[in-house]
Amino acid sequence: MATDLLDATFAALADPTRRAILTRLAAGEATVTELAAPFHMSQPAISKHLKVLERAGLVSRGRDAQRRPCRLEARPLKTAVDWLEAYRDYWEESYQRLDALLAELREGDGE
Amino acid sequence: MSVVVSTPSERAIVLTRAFAAPPRLVFAAFTRPELLTRWYGARGWHLVSCDLDLRVGGAYRFVSQGPGGERMAQSGLYRAVEPPARLVLTELFDDQSYPGETVITHEFAERAGQTDLTTTVLYATAEGRDRVLRYPMTRGVAESFARLDTLLTEGMDDELDS
Repeated sequence: MATDLLDATFAALADPTRRAILTRLAAGEATVTELAAPFHMSQPAISKHLKVLERAGLVSRGRDAQRRPCRLEARPLKTAVDWLEAYRDYWEESYQRLDALLAELREGDGE
Repeated sequence: MSVVVSTPSERAIVLTRAFAAPPRLVFAAFTRPELLTRWYGARGWHLVSCDLDLRVGGAYRFVSQGPGGERMAQSGLYRAVEPPARLVLTELFDDQSYPGETVITHEFAERAGQTDLTTTVLYATAEGRDRVLRYPMTRGVAESFARLDTLLTEGMDDELDS
């Protein structure tokens, strides 16, 4: 995936409202009106968040001119999760060595 | 008990992990050179030198060696030293590929004799954070290509030999 798009994905995911929108869309497509309802936000405010999500490729809009339903595009999300998992694995080895060391320290501690 | 990574803001990475030892011991493992050298270092890396002056305003310098024998050094100052609950330090690598100092906050919370560690790594810029987040996978890919190179070279040698 292009680096810019990944930046856009992480930036998009940094906001709690946008994460909530994605969670809602994971349950199925929705219109802007339907999305705005639970957030106590105006439709323009929600539309602004949707634009960020669209730019990141996380959301696509339907062709129906009246409703333009939003749907979740899972692939960039999967890529972002892959990065986080790689980062986690990168450090987990170190923490496993720390587990072993702590077990030793506890024994020396008489616990 | 594997480490959980989250990105609550554009500049932060948060790592959480439980350890089967009280905060006193985990704090010691993070602050005593003879203990740090036994565990600290991301995949393939280990500490070869570890100097620290554990007091607010005190300096530290860690030198690590990588899988190919390459070395990298990080240093900074302790901003808060509150055993066994909290440790805050700044971090700057000698050959850092992103701008500014990073602020690392370790919180050691006690839970039934165990420790819940929360490490918040706050980068100077969002770009720096993203670069670091990408590094393990970039390196993983580079390592795969390096192995592939070796394999291909060896394979070709065999073929030339036969």
